[in-house]
Amino acid sequence: MIQALFGQLLLGLINGSFYALLSLGLAIIFGLLNIVNFAHGALYMVGAFAAWLMLDLLGVGYWPALLLSPLLVGLFGAFIERTMLRRLYALDNIYGLLLTFGLTLILEGLFHHQYGNSGKSYPVPEALQGGANLGFMFLPLYRAWVVVISLLVCFASWWVIERTKLGSYLRAGTENPRLLQAFGINVPLLFTLTYAFGVALAAFAGVMAAPIYQVTPQMGSHLIIVVFAVVVIGGMGSILGSIVTGVGLGLLEGLTKFIYPPASATVVFVVMALVLLFRPAGLFGREA
Amino acid sequence: MKMHRCLLLSILLVPVATMAQAKISDDVVRIGVLTDMTGYYSDIAGPGSVLAVQMAVADFGGKMLGKPIEVISADHQNKADIASNTARKWFDENKVDVIVDLVSSSTAGAVMPVANEKKKITLLSGPATTAFTGERCTAYNVHYTYNNWSTANGTGNAVVKQGGDTWFFVTADYVFGKSLEADAAAVVTSLGGKVLGSARHPSPGNTDFSSFLLQAQASGAKIIGMANAGGDTINTVKQAKEFGITPKQSLAGLLVFISEVHALGLATARGLYLTEAFYWDLNDDTRKWSRRFQDHPDNKKKAMPTMVQAGLYSAVTHYLNAMKAVGTDDSDAVIAKMKATPVNDFFAQNTVIGPDGLHRHDMYLFQVKTPEESKYPWDYYKVVKKIPAAEAFPTVEMQKCPLVKK
Repeated sequence: MIQALFGQLLLGLINGSFYALLSLGLAIIFGLLNIVNFAHGALYMVGAFAAWLMLDLLGVGYWPALLLSPLLVGLFGAFIERTMLRRLYALDNIYGLLLTFGLTLILEGLFHHQYGNSGKSYPVPEALQGGANLGFMFLPLYRAWVVVISLLVCFASWWVIERTKLGSYLRAGTENPRLLQAFGINVPLLFTLTYAFGVALAAFAGVMAAPIYQVTPQMGSHLIIVVFAVVVIGGMGSILGSIVTGVGLGLLEGLTKFIYPPASATVVFVVMALVLLFRPAGLFGREA
Repeated sequence: MKMHRCLLLSILLVPVATMAQAKISDDVVRIGVLTDMTGYYSDIAGPGSVLAVQMAVADFGGKMLGKPIEVISADHQNKADIASNTARKWFDENKVDVIVDLVSSSTAGAVMPVANEKKKITLLSGPATTAFTGERCTAYNVHYTYNNWSTANGTGNAVVKQGGDTWFFVTADYVFGKSLEADAAAVVTSLGGKVLGSARHPSPGNTDFSSFLLQAQASGAKIIGMANAGGDTINTVKQAKEFGITPKQSLAGLLVFISEVHALGLATARGLYLTEAFYWDLNDDTRKWSRRFQDHPDNKKKAMPTMVQAGLYSAVTHYLNAMKAVGTDDSDAVIAKMKATPVNDFFAQNTVIGPDGLHRHDMYLFQVKTPEESKYPWDYYKVVKKIPAAEAFPTVEMQKCPLVKK
């Protein structure tokens, strides 16, 4: 009984760190650019497909793909920001949501047209195959790697934004872009880089996911709703909030799967509803 | 003189006129392919199903008793309400005579009563729920290609007899999954095996099966039965490998299609037992038809046909032949003729559609080859056993369709 509980909690931790990684990019983009990036799930999917394509067409394996895929998708993100999103900053953020939603539909449609629905199989890299028998469950090495790397990347991103000079420019740019520009900082470039970075994080999560989940055009849309819930609960602008909430909700989901499985799909939204009722800015959020 | 000639001509034309008038309502035979074009089951059925129907119509000659045959299609997105609304619109406004495919049991279950109300035929190739020719049977329905009972029994029988006598199910939490689990559990217990438990997962939309597989692992069952399909099965197989479930425990695919084996790759899917109604490489006739399907210019992905698509071609051809024989598109006459005439083509030989609407034909137990055993593209299966029609499907008595007089 206890063994089963530990097993589910560990799985919850793994999923939670994954949610944290995904919601981090979303939180960064919203917190700093005020854009609700609905395309986050689709770009996560593009990141996974990029890794698969690199393997299939060029023989480039998992390790280079971890760097190359976010780079490529990040460049694509920079292109989107430059040509389309930039025009929406002054407007209500519903427009950003609509544009990125449209992008999602286009991206998913294109990939579906080309690759069908059953998707493509991506192998677990050799160095990370196998696992350890922990007694209460078998822990695949790859999943342990996912936890470690996700949390590392999350905290590295948090540290860059909250504790470095570059991060302070980003935060200043959100509060008062004009003033920052007056100091001689290239604010538009900063914004482009921010969006590209957030998107690169999504693509990074996509590459991490490719060996676990089948790489399908739909893989992003499954996760995006939960990720949005995580960001809303954590507080739309808070980086630390999305990390802590992501892990916390993963654990909660694991616990629910142990106690009452049919509720596991909805528990995240129940929490979101409660948080919005009592703390509308989110658990770690600052007042909008 | 002129008048005589006119009279003569008109007398000659009379039989032609009455022949052309031969009771094809609305002057067109319209076949509606209602399938999942973009979602979980789109590779199993989807655009391939539409292609199969178009091929059937073209091979039939494109015309029925002088009237054109048209094929239209729509995406039901696996949603019951979209399916039933589309069906109503098709029957009421678009003069559709028959709706085919209906992959996904929830959509089939929604459309069958609509068709029954309007006295129109449904040809099911894709949905699996056994009850569609049992307690939910309708007078105008044909369940053509396979059902849960056939795939569960084929695989379940073989696996239990090989020593896999304790089972745990990972089940898609809706009507199809539960029906498949029930059918498989019945086979296991009837052969003396034990069902140790089951884990229901949300479907569609769930990609992570780790917690359900963990429960399966903890149960210690020798066999983990996958009572799901499409993308769910693919992810379950993949993650089972990741979590070291195989080889200590074995996976049994209760409903697996060749499109999924193709997506998984032989390295992951190797050794999996599955039961299907059709395999492109069975014999010369199946190869010939399948190559035509694969090489067809509209087959963008050049995929081999699944049993759903091959079965649909056969079903529509049988329907059209029946209509031609009775000379009318009246549903009662056509379906009676379909049930009275044996099917004989590359898909099924000398088989019959029963009074409950179930098409009973041979099924095949396959095992997925290892990468080393596969010699050419799509060379995925070895035939373990041919299951004759009498054993492969539940009998009319077992089905208990209320329309069948005892």
